Amino acid sequence: MPPHKSHNKPVKQAVPHESASKHVTGEAVYVDDILVNRQLLVGRVVYSPHAHARIKSFDLSAARCVPGVHAVLSYKDIPGHNQMGPVVKDEVCLAENEVVCVGQAMFLIAAETEDQAREAERLIRIEYEHLPTILTIDEAIAQNSFLGPSRTMQRGNPDQELQKAQHRIKGELRTGAQEHWYLESQVCLCILGEGREMNVFSSTQHPSETQALIAEVLGIPKNEVVVEIRRMGGAFGGKETQANHTACWTALLCNATRRPVKIRLFRDDDMKMTGKRHRFLSRYEVGFDDEGNLLAATFELNSDGGCAADLSFAILERAMLHADNAYYIPNVSVLARVCKTNLPSNTAFRGFGGPQGMALIEHVIDRVARFLHQDPLEIRHKNFYGIDSRNVTHYGETVEHNRLHIIYEQLVASSEYDERRKAIAAFNNSSEFLKKGMALTPVKFGISFTTTFLNQAGALVNIYKDGTILVNHGGTEMGQGLHTKMQQVAAAEFGVNLDKVKVNATNTSKVPNTSATAASAGADLNGMAVKNAVDTLKSRIAESLAQYWSEQNPDTSTAQHSVHFENDSIVDIEHPARRISFADAMPLMNLRQVSLSATGFYKTPDIGWDKTKGWGKPFHYYAFGMACTEVLVDTLTGHHTILRTDILHDVGDSLNPQIDLGQVEGGYIQGNGWVTTEEIKWDDKGNLLTHSPDTYKIPSVQDIPKDFRVHLLQNVPNPDTIRRSKAVAEPPFMLALSTWLAIKDAVSAVANHAFEPSFSLPATNEVIVLATEDLKKRMRENPPGEAPTQ
Amino acid sequence: MLQMNTLTITTTINRRNYTLCINPNQTLLDILREELGLSGTKRGCEIGECGACTVLMNGRAVNACLVLAPQIEGQEILTVEGLAVGEQLHSLQEAFLEHEAVHCGFCTPGMLLSAKELLDENPNPPETDIRFAISGNLCRCTGYVQIVEAIQAASANKPERKP
Ligand code: FES
Ligand code: FES
Repeated sequence: MPPHKSHNKPVKQAVPHESASKHVTGEAVYVDDILVNRQLLVGRVVYSPHAHARIKSFDLSAARCVPGVHAVLSYKDIPGHNQMGPVVKDEVCLAENEVVCVGQAMFLIAAETEDQAREAERLIRIEYEHLPTILTIDEAIAQNSFLGPSRTMQRGNPDQELQKAQHRIKGELRTGAQEHWYLESQVCLCILGEGREMNVFSSTQHPSETQALIAEVLGIPKNEVVVEIRRMGGAFGGKETQANHTACWTALLCNATRRPVKIRLFRDDDMKMTGKRHRFLSRYEVGFDDEGNLLAATFELNSDGGCAADLSFAILERAMLHADNAYYIPNVSVLARVCKTNLPSNTAFRGFGGPQGMALIEHVIDRVARFLHQDPLEIRHKNFYGIDSRNVTHYGETVEHNRLHIIYEQLVASSEYDERRKAIAAFNNSSEFLKKGMALTPVKFGISFTTTFLNQAGALVNIYKDGTILVNHGGTEMGQGLHTKMQQVAAAEFGVNLDKVKVNATNTSKVPNTSATAASAGADLNGMAVKNAVDTLKSRIAESLAQYWSEQNPDTSTAQHSVHFENDSIVDIEHPARRISFADAMPLMNLRQVSLSATGFYKTPDIGWDKTKGWGKPFHYYAFGMACTEVLVDTLTGHHTILRTDILHDVGDSLNPQIDLGQVEGGYIQGNGWVTTEEIKWDDKGNLLTHSPDTYKIPSVQDIPKDFRVHLLQNVPNPDTIRRSKAVAEPPFMLALSTWLAIKDAVSAVANHAFEPSFSLPATNEVIVLATEDLKKRMRENPPGEAPTQ
Repeated sequence: MLQMNTLTITTTINRRNYTLCINPNQTLLDILREELGLSGTKRGCEIGECGACTVLMNGRAVNACLVLAPQIEGQEILTVEGLAVGEQLHSLQEAFLEHEAVHCGFCTPGMLLSAKELLDENPNPPETDIRFAISGNLCRCTGYVQIVEAIQAASANKPERKP
């Protein structure tokens, strides 16, 4: 075991990623790797250089004359609807009379080479009239620029209870945007079939929606469009709706030129054109008693939706549903709204509003603790949802199977929290500029799409006469190991070896009308759908084999229910001599005219949620986890190092511990990027300044903890899910709030924790240095001992 | 349209000799992916920041997106496709599989080659050296832990099978 890290990995269950062997030899095929004939044209998107302008005129004639250029398209050339909004129809495919953000697509070019396409772009003449812009949340609020109406959720009487509370504090928190930085940028390849058939290879998390929108822009029925995706080179929510854009543009060019077309966005273009994690401006007021019990809170969440709705309402809703995180607050109100600005439409990103909601309450708790001169962990623990009482959320869902308390106990012990807390205090007393900080924060994350009908999935399972199995399901593989898990589920349910099962590329002609692979629900939903299809096949096979064995043995017949599937065989457990290998049974089934192909379907039971009342049970269950992070901060430069991280995370009975550990580690590190170095900046014209990896810094291996100890909580089967497992993808992202608060703790040590540091998220070097200087100034003006914590 | 003068170069890629007619503006990455169909080497950023295009040139890790085609004249290039010899996977490839170091897999080819350069120089590197060796290779999925573990495991597996 490597010294820097220990795992509780039951090696027996370790199953390598379904197509990992192709990845290590370079054979794994991504969209950009698909071989196409010499007819392939390069697609290029011409986008707006202005954040808000009226298009007075444009002239494409010179561009269309460039040799090698096969098409230059404007909105006038769209045969169907000029629309690609996924939920609200407020997003045109190509700009008409107005552009509403830098990066908005205006024209499309298909050419034989990239140089020709660029040359054509240079020859496009456009006249603009500049219009006023709104580029920040503050400007949007001041000018009443919102997407849709505001929403509220309330329990109890927070206003009245705030007045009665012993202590009250109020403030605001800003959390930043985040770029997905999937290693594989947006890409799509379209190839025409016969007639109107359009074959689409798109790096998309939502093939069914990609199919629907392409049909809509082309003005053809959906049964003429097939969307396929074998794998993505990362997605993280960034390809849930916004892969549709690249796909629609590619399909338009393919349709216009009648030749194969590929669009692969260059990294800078991808960063400029696509939406990000929503930045938030959140305000709060919280009331509590001397012991730190939270009594009442009012929250106001303002997200930056950008220029169109995209998934902003659902993201905002999830933020509202996670403004409590792990804490019971008897009286709560949440007011939330989406600001409309002249920036690219912000979109899904791992956590989907959860991180923004949780950052707020964790910040509040941290502040309450500092106010009361207590360890924040005490305040957290005190306010955790209870097991039998104090266990109903502010939207009416009971927190069942609450793992907070066992995780807390185990992690406080294994991380040696108390000893290290003392050592950190001693270190800080003896060190002027280098300061240490630590924080242990929980995650409680609701699993299910909050738009209830989306909680459905389909599968198609075929068995061939040689006994091999092909699984199709509606989920997409983006590196989260979904196909591996589906392969495991099918193999386990059929009782056959893994190598008998292959998982197909996701294809809309195999499994139609699917939901996006999102909300961490991919394995939960598709796993159940695969199992449902396998169950259908098993009962057909068992019925036929029972008949067959009964015909062979007229005196001792075989009952269907005693036909079992195990060890690559099918056996009558009452008469174990009646055993046939799985592979040998299939030709027999074919002879006996048994259909060896079945569809499966699943919809999540027991959930229901009244969006207008903000009350009900939106989630099938909750996933829990906690992280304890210790950092060393150089308060002169703002540089931080993560010294040690201990994580304990709940995935139920893991379907695949190695994959789940990888998801926990990867989620935490990606979250660390959001809370530390990943700063997104726009200039005052709405241009993205951080549009390249040399100005936008995602974590490298040098940024991970020096000592990283990650464990999965053991012996906690999750009732009523596929093989008692739990979803994993999103929840670990928010474990990174421990890093953010550990840094704040270190900064706070500059003033011996007497003052609340002015802090925002991400805690960049700049934020750290400014907060430090501010604390020093306040100390000089108001020496400790006399200072209030405000 | 710009008319390029083409150049003829000879080079060795994955132990095979090639004579190629190239456009001097092309990068090694273009040559590999578009001309030779060696699409295992990935395009991540095309400005030398992400490491997805890492290959070995005379045993040194380079970003193929920053190497101009004429620079490969007379050089020996190794890409991910050349790492295994026949059916025999390189110990790093085996270790990546065993340690679940592949999530989406887009960074994997570059990681493997950066790691190979390290292990060729020092068969038993300390963890700090491993971290340093792959610090130019970004991975957005794994959090790097499983990758570092895989490289450690491969180094313990020495002696490495020589191609
Ligand atoms: S593609 Fe070469 S370093 Fe990113
Ligand atoms: S595995 Fe996806 S980027 Fe590394």
